[in-house]
Amino acid sequence: MSFITYLINGISLGSVYALIALGYTMVYGIAKMLNFAHGDVIMVGGFTCYTICSTIGLPPLLGVLVSVIVCTVLGIVIEKIAYKPLRRASSPLAVLITAIGVSYLLQNVALLIFGANAKSFTSVVNLQAVTLADGQIVISGETIVTIVSCVIIMVLLMLFINKTKVGQAMLAVSEDKGAAQLMGINVNGTISLTFAIGSALAAIAGVLLCSAYPSLTPYTGSMPGIKAFVAAVFGGIGSIPGAFIGGILLGVIQIFSQAYISSQMADAIVFAVLIIVLLVKPTGLLGKNIQEKV
Amino acid sequence: MSKTLRSNIITVGLVFIAYIGAQILIATGSISSLMKGLLVPLCVYAILAVSLNLTVGILGELSLGHAGFMCIGAFSSAFFSKCMKMFVPDMPGALRFFLALVIGAALAGLFGILIGIPVLRLKGDYLAIVTLAFGEIIKNIINILYLGIDEEGVHFSLKSSLDLNMADSEKIIINGAMGITGTPNDSNFTIGVVLLILTLIIVLNLIHSRDGRAIMSIRDNTIAAESVGIPVTRYKLMAFSISAALAGVAGVLYAHNLSTLTALPKNFGYNMSIMILVFVVLGGMGNIRGSMIAAVILTLLPELLRGVVSDYRMLIYAIILIVMMLFNWAPKCIEWRKKATASVKARLQKKSAAKEVE
Repeated sequence: MSFITYLINGISLGSVYALIALGYTMVYGIAKMLNFAHGDVIMVGGFTCYTICSTIGLPPLLGVLVSVIVCTVLGIVIEKIAYKPLRRASSPLAVLITAIGVSYLLQNVALLIFGANAKSFTSVVNLQAVTLADGQIVISGETIVTIVSCVIIMVLLMLFINKTKVGQAMLAVSEDKGAAQLMGINVNGTISLTFAIGSALAAIAGVLLCSAYPSLTPYTGSMPGIKAFVAAVFGGIGSIPGAFIGGILLGVIQIFSQAYISSQMADAIVFAVLIIVLLVKPTGLLGKNIQEKV
Repeated sequence: MSKTLRSNIITVGLVFIAYIGAQILIATGSISSLMKGLLVPLCVYAILAVSLNLTVGILGELSLGHAGFMCIGAFSSAFFSKCMKMFVPDMPGALRFFLALVIGAALAGLFGILIGIPVLRLKGDYLAIVTLAFGEIIKNIINILYLGIDEEGVHFSLKSSLDLNMADSEKIIINGAMGITGTPNDSNFTIGVVLLILTLIIVLNLIHSRDGRAIMSIRDNTIAAESVGIPVTRYKLMAFSISAALAGVAGVLYAHNLSTLTALPKNFGYNMSIMILVFVVLGGMGNIRGSMIAAVILTLLPELLRGVVSDYRMLIYAIILIVMMLFNWAPKCIEWRKKATASVKARLQKKSAAKEVE
């Protein structure tokens, strides 16, 4: 029975990874950049919700809403100020390093405002834990909400991208910027929108992550950020279903290795699985295989 | 004197001048103890930046696991030195450090080859993430590694120090997350500078050799390089493993400067790898001198800011990093800089022309 509990916990953690990985993968697909500051947007989302709910004392739902808005605006501002000027830079590494700079910036602003001590985050979920199979399986409210909201967001996102004009424009821009512009698509606007959606997802992921693991520091986002990055690559970076599958698998692998092998080795095992997957399938599980033309 | 030779002499000369300058400051006592403590780390970071530039700038592959190789060099050499200190106490410190250096560099280089063989098949960002993964795995394994030697032989465990079944806990050499304590302090600033100059000579010579040109041709166009008969995999591995071995050298220097060596995210995690990458990109990819200078400036910057604005120093560091990247790389800024220098030049020419007329 503990197997099922671990599986559900793994899926729950994986759902958070999937939400973060979606942001990574969408930004990568459209701007061809690894946004290293994405993990810190999670932290900003967590702290915003903490401020609204615990410090000011407003209802949790409002906290979630405000943190989504703050992160969305933050995502757009970061893109406009730090990344857009470097879009045509001669080396793709330039924007990567700038993203690292933004990541340091966000961490240190949070450090100045909230200090280095861990804050205990009050869960935004007040749902009773569900007990199944005569009390052998207990699923916490946070777990249920995390999994359900991740599935809903995933479905909405797929519908948005495949069924709406704006979503199609995003696909077009990620395929070929120049051609998309010739078709009358507002490329800059579409890229901003991608950052906005990615950051909004990061805010939700941040709130859910902090509800499940209620300790909040300025560095909270960095390890989940890296894990989600791994998840995005695992599923094939640039692919939205890939990020979802990669995130869930990564969460399950992590919880299982913590439970059955060694809690200290869990991170090493997660990374080892990634390496094996990439060696067998060099573009990730669902990644497109691009042949280089001479 | 050829242009490259002159440039190389300038690079090595800069290190030499900086070394003499630092020695004068130490002799006159006008340097704080904090800054004194930074001298060896400065050499470590400069060596790391130069060695990573070989992978990123010359070979053109993004590596995010450079700290992992440093970690291997640091731990293998610290392990060796501590064993020697325990079992061969009369070995002279210089010989011990030299052997530790050879072991650290060789082992890091070997891991470079082992990791490079599968990893270098991948491209671009995938290669970056796999090197990141390897770096994290190395750090993670060292954190759970327990090793001790006593009369009964070698004890080894991946669980805890109690599982070693050793009577004397003093003889535990690698103690998991507590790392290695009591490494002899064999390195100093002079050794650091000598190692940095050696690294520079190795890397600069490699770049300007036939092999170096082959490596750069792979960076510029892999398919074209392959079609003129350059063995791509061999040269990629060569650059990658040399870069790893030099990172190992930096690790040896680092380990022998501290009495306690632990593998924390701060010193051997991906944060460190990224910091080295920042040095390389900010100093200029492929520009050895630039990456060295960037390493020195960016290491000193937070410490210099400490005196001025202690609370905001890392914040200011982050802002300076972003602004410098935008200034250096944004196409609009490059254009603006070109225009500005052109107008200054034109003005100077006008002045000199006016003088000639007079």
